Amino acid sequence: MCRVIDVRQAVLAENDALAGALREELAARGTTVVNLLSSPGSGKTALLEPVLAAAVARGVPVAALTADLATENDARRLARSGAPVRQVLTGGLCHLEAAQLRGHLEDWPPDDTRVLFVENVGNLVCPAAYDLGEKLRVTLMSVTEGEDKPLKYPTAFGLAHLVVLTKTDIADAVGFDRVAFTQNVARVNPGVEILATSARTGEGLEVLVDRMLAVADGAAVHRPTMEGGRAAAARRAHVAPGPEPGRPHARGRHRRPGPESLTAPQP
Amino acid sequence: MHELSIATAVLERAAEEARRHAPARVTAVRVRVGELAGVVPDALRFSFDVARRGTALAAARLLVEEITATARCAPCGDDFAVGTPPFLWCPRCDRPTTRLLTGRELEITGIELEEASA
Repeated sequence: MCRVIDVRQAVLAENDALAGALREELAARGTTVVNLLSSPGSGKTALLEPVLAAAVARGVPVAALTADLATENDARRLARSGAPVRQVLTGGLCHLEAAQLRGHLEDWPPDDTRVLFVENVGNLVCPAAYDLGEKLRVTLMSVTEGEDKPLKYPTAFGLAHLVVLTKTDIADAVGFDRVAFTQNVARVNPGVEILATSARTGEGLEVLVDRMLAVADGAAVHRPTMEGGRAAAARRAHVAPGPEPGRPHARGRHRRPGPESLTAPQP
Repeated sequence: MHELSIATAVLERAAEEARRHAPARVTAVRVRVGELAGVVPDALRFSFDVARRGTALAAARLLVEEITATARCAPCGDDFAVGTPPFLWCPRCDRPTTRLLTGRELEITGIELEEASA
């Protein structure tokens, strides 16, 4: 005889519950996790080096945990900032899970750490599925990767609380189309802020540090549509000034002042 | 290729559920996978076939129900399929939507059991 048992359970329920517990535990310790996602070679480490150094220079205690399939090269580079750094070797696994992160947080980072940066494995597919207990999920992309990358990897861009464009110093050389890029981001994640940065020229770095520290101080974080309909109020608080949220914007009108910040115009 | 991790998680959950109904044998596991879940159903089926070997669910099939991603436009009340790649703007009034109705599912919905024959 055959019978069917109804089960209604999220496949990643265990990871999600652990991530939720981590978020609370870290909040109690005064530490905010920033999860950095990108393809290999987008410049996560190159950007994180000056970001850590800037935070250290401001006297803000930060730490970084960097995940790679192999080598400790990234940890060595990041440690030059003076911030505490740990390397996670995933041994071939394509993403970090909450349990792996927790394994490193028993007696680390130091108690006064305000922001813990987690440099995920370079991969835009798998890491997007795993909540690590972060308060801010940042998806990065360099100008060499093509304006349509947000459409090719909609989950990674669609779930981002903040999108960071890197290597803008070579944008003109590679013919990067910023307007098309911002339209593609807006298509999968309406209202998300895009920060343009260059680790080489320093463009956008201080603003990026400001944004991350503001989140650590409790500032509202953008709620991506793809994340679900929660906290609409928090999302509204994050939308760029100008037209009220939900209203159609004239093409290009949504751009924020200052060269370091783009915001999604109408796709 | 995190589908192997996902398949392993599916097997663990299903095995847990099956233990409560022992000695019945699991013949199939039903899952729902949304279009925006970031999981490729074919890769999940392949991974499940690999991961189930040597487990209590070695004979179980994976039945995947694929869910279309849809959103609702609050101002006009229209529900629409967001498509692939997703376009999270209302096609009628050209405004961004803040409400995704379906498409992020990654869940086990049931297991099919065969009672141990007497």
